[in-house]
Amino acid sequence: MVLEAFRKQKQTTVQPDTENRDIPDGIWIKCSRCEEILLNKDLDKNYKVCHKCGFHFRLKAAERIKMILDEGSFREIDAGILPVNPFKLADYERKLREARDKSGLNEAVVAGEGSIEGVPVITAIMDTNFMMGSMGTVVGEKITRAIEAAAAQKKPLIIFAASGGARMQEGILSLMQLAKTVEALARLSEAGQLYISVLTDPTTGGVSASFAALGDIILAEPEAMIGFTGPRVIEQTIRQKLPEGFQRAEFFEQHGFVDKIVPRSQMKETLAKLLKLHLQGEQ
Amino acid sequence: MAAILEFEKPIQELENKISELRTFSKEKGIDLSNEIAILEKRAVEVRELIYSNLTAWQHVLIARHPERPNTSDYINYLFQDFIEMHGDRYYGDDPAVIGGIGRFNGRPVTVIGQLKGKDTKENLARNFGMAHPEGYRKAMRLMKQAEKFNRPVVCFIDTPGAYPGIGAEERGQFEAIARSILIMATLKVPIIAVVIGEGFSGGALGIGVGDRILMQEHSIYSVITPEGYASILWKDSTRNREAAETIRIVARDIQKLGVADKIVPEPVGGAHRDPAAAAGFLGEAIAETMEELLELAPEALLARRYEKYRSIGNLAD
Repeated sequence: MVLEAFRKQKQTTVQPDTENRDIPDGIWIKCSRCEEILLNKDLDKNYKVCHKCGFHFRLKAAERIKMILDEGSFREIDAGILPVNPFKLADYERKLREARDKSGLNEAVVAGEGSIEGVPVITAIMDTNFMMGSMGTVVGEKITRAIEAAAAQKKPLIIFAASGGARMQEGILSLMQLAKTVEALARLSEAGQLYISVLTDPTTGGVSASFAALGDIILAEPEAMIGFTGPRVIEQTIRQKLPEGFQRAEFFEQHGFVDKIVPRSQMKETLAKLLKLHLQGEQ
Repeated sequence: MAAILEFEKPIQELENKISELRTFSKEKGIDLSNEIAILEKRAVEVRELIYSNLTAWQHVLIARHPERPNTSDYINYLFQDFIEMHGDRYYGDDPAVIGGIGRFNGRPVTVIGQLKGKDTKENLARNFGMAHPEGYRKAMRLMKQAEKFNRPVVCFIDTPGAYPGIGAEERGQFEAIARSILIMATLKVPIIAVVIGEGFSGGALGIGVGDRILMQEHSIYSVITPEGYASILWKDSTRNREAAETIRIVARDIQKLGVADKIVPEPVGGAHRDPAAAAGFLGEAIAETMEELLELAPEALLARRYEKYRSIGNLAD
């Protein structure tokens, strides 16, 4: 819905200057915010966070899995579900193909089971590299199945949201995924089970307005763009510039919609602490 | 006289002709009743022909017709002793959402709906039916109240979307819509959602998770407006007509996709041609649906509601 609202992430690869011929291409990256030139290798070691200004680069689902789940514990579920094109739109077919090539993923979310400091969890991790993490039928279905798996296996659920919202190319069917995922969450909640929602950059539109907003606990990454309507549409509507920091994670923490902002370097230990605080009968 | 849509011009020309003949016949005392009858028959045929071959964009124009009956009109036609309830109890009262209690065929029910205005002044007062978080929070409050007193809930959907503004974001538009969807997912009384005009985005769904979804014949429902679709995907908002055809928004398509359960007929020429007749059809459809739902125990109602949404876009691996 609000896909257009996100500033393109300027992950420009800087060409090495002619003096340094021994450094191969693609080894440097420029920070999208402070423009510091960073070594990709260092950036990877630092959770993909700029060491100079703290900017959190967007993560691929695979990178997130590596950072959060115990080594070797992750087992993907429903990996084989392929995207659908209900209205047979040629444009959409092409975009899906491009998204698959670009991201190496079948769809915009990866779901599975694994453990965090030994605590078993079900997790779903969205990836903006696939059509800005937008939610159509398949994303809604995979999220719903993850919620149902958590309910069936009596495991805590952690969803990392990263999405521009509902996927427009699937029309009303995308909109109905909001209801479908929330219906499943209602059942999980009534069963007394824990759901932690982690909002990452960006979490907006139909994803923020459904499962992402309904965690028992809501964490956010620093400066993640959050909201229902993206900033560009708001600016067009009200015909004024939005203030600095509007709709960032810190803004929503201040306004009471986020429990805690957690820097990426502390995400795993924070989740582990929360999970252990909810373990029953084995204190 | 209703505002004339471009594609209705041929009907309008015939009607003008008929009224000219009538005046002429009266003034000159000449009997033209045969000629008039022929033209009247022709006008009916032309209208039926036009209205049975509408494009998606023409549906959009009818759904947004300034004189189309709105939530307030249907409340007046269909609910007796209606008392409006104001406010969300946290922040304020959202004029874009109207809600209250009334009698439907004698039975107390809760009615909630987005309310668009019919002219600029009314629309400014009602914010064009675009709700703020307090609108959804008012809806939730009234739904929980309905549950407590075991009243069915009827929701009228008529909005281009939730309001995109600073205050709306500050007060958690995303949370309000998500929470409202959650409340509807678990509400132990029947919910009938009726799309009466345009229903777009999470702003519409925020009061739209019903046991049954009814759509008036010329109403439209989708994830985003045609204008939004064209401007976002094609970077060209002038391609709105093409977008309307592309994204499947008309009632019969929404029914085919398994989302709308029932299409409610409108008078030929659209609800604005004859609001009382439109309300009559709508009242019948709501009554029939409510009877079906009232037969279900809360557990069965909730199980079926879950199944309805669970199966939308169900996929084989």
